[in-house]
Amino acid sequence: MSLIFYISSFIAILSTIMVITRYQPIHALLYLVVSFLALSVTFLSLGAPFAAALQIIVYAGAIVVLFIFVVMMLNLGKQTAQQEKEWLQLRAWLGPSILSLVLLAEMAVLLLQDNPTGMPAAVVTPKQVSLSLYGEYVIAVELVGFLLMTGIVGAAHIGKHKKKNLHRFLQTYPNLN
Amino acid sequence: MTVMQHIWIVLGVLFVFLNIAAGLIWVERRLLALWQDRLGPNRAGPLGLFIVLADTLKLFFKEDWIPPFADKWVFILAPAIVVASVLMGIAIIPFAPGIVVADLNVGLMFFLAMSSLGVYSIVLGGWASNNKYSLLGALRGASQMIAYEVFMGLSLMGVVMLSKSFNLTNIVAAQQHLWFVVTQPVGFVVFFIAGLAETHRLPFDIPEAESELIAGFHSEYSGMKFGMFFIGEYLGISLISAMTVTLFFGGWLGPAFLPPVVWFFLKTFFFIGVFILMRASLPRPRYDQLMAYGWKLLLPLVLLNLLVTGAIALWLKS
Repeated sequence: MSLIFYISSFIAILSTIMVITRYQPIHALLYLVVSFLALSVTFLSLGAPFAAALQIIVYAGAIVVLFIFVVMMLNLGKQTAQQEKEWLQLRAWLGPSILSLVLLAEMAVLLLQDNPTGMPAAVVTPKQVSLSLYGEYVIAVELVGFLLMTGIVGAAHIGKHKKKNLHRFLQTYPNLN
Repeated sequence: MTVMQHIWIVLGVLFVFLNIAAGLIWVERRLLALWQDRLGPNRAGPLGLFIVLADTLKLFFKEDWIPPFADKWVFILAPAIVVASVLMGIAIIPFAPGIVVADLNVGLMFFLAMSSLGVYSIVLGGWASNNKYSLLGALRGASQMIAYEVFMGLSLMGVVMLSKSFNLTNIVAAQQHLWFVVTQPVGFVVFFIAGLAETHRLPFDIPEAESELIAGFHSEYSGMKFGMFFIGEYLGISLISAMTVTLFFGGWLGPAFLPPVVWFFLKTFFFIGVFILMRASLPRPRYDQLMAYGWKLLLPLVLLNLLVTGAIALWLKS
């Protein structure tokens, strides 16, 4: 199982790098989907099939589709790709990559120590996940519900617009009556 | 189960479903003709069955053209996604006791995940074609499929509550005495409507609406790339019918005078027929009607169903 874990996490890292370095936004988003799929296989190899399925349903199946939706509406062409090319210069990515290399080195040191806090062998069933969600973490679940409800109310408010009559005979003039 | 047996099951399921998808070309045309009071294709071979062969050969020999303005690699990738994702979904269906490709403990979630990946074929196909009509079709497809996925998932949770499992073999076994269509009628209706929208079949074929968008997301496709969209749609119909049978109509269960596999396919073909009857009888709604219908009617209905199911389950338990 650990070989599958390493392969899929390597794919996840590689595809995330591809997300950053693509000039065409849709291609970057496609690599993002691949990265999520790899992450889902990683979850599966760690014994969390429920989280793996949710990863695909929520992230790959809904959120990235919305990203692509927005990018399609923006009608980005060759011009944007050119602009991206200009932005992605050596001095832009040198700093972040040095910082993340330090993190990588730290992680390697931690993993190579004698007592790795490594991978749990137990498989988490959907029942256990739901029991802990609605038992131990019920307050967090309800708070997330509040947050989402706020978002929906806000979106409904922004999306609401007054009915407009385009014909002059149908218009009402409030100061005439 | 030995490895050899498993390989035979995989190959058998692949063979059967690809042949059903091809055979549906003939079935759909003949049934549509029947309901529209005409004959349909009846010349080539017995009962016109060789129309399948003729149609496939025609698709193979057509010019496979990639428009110069298209995004080449995404254009090629898009039709493959729909077939791949639907075939992955078929992997979890139990056809009879022991005949299943992957008996996952999160089988239902896997089906939902695969059907949610299917949306990429429409979105990417429409975007890569670089054509206004295709783009409009892709936009409609994306919003329609994201919206109806929500109800599809929620409508199945009642079944999960009653059978206490995400595993499809357990779900079928839980219907030994009573099919879930009796205890979950609302869930069944919403699932079937959401299934129509997920496979973007008539009356919900808004992403491809010929009369407004020419052919929507696949107007630039030709040859076998179009054929992949075509076969993907028929595979989708078969998958949704098979899932309806598994989840609500007792899967392979039936009186003992026929083997379980036969019962399963009989029920599945009944629902494929219903899919085609929908196409023959219903007009296409407007885009905003489709969205309002989903969010304002189906969502509250399915949430209410979930609430009542949970309450009754708790009441029976105490």
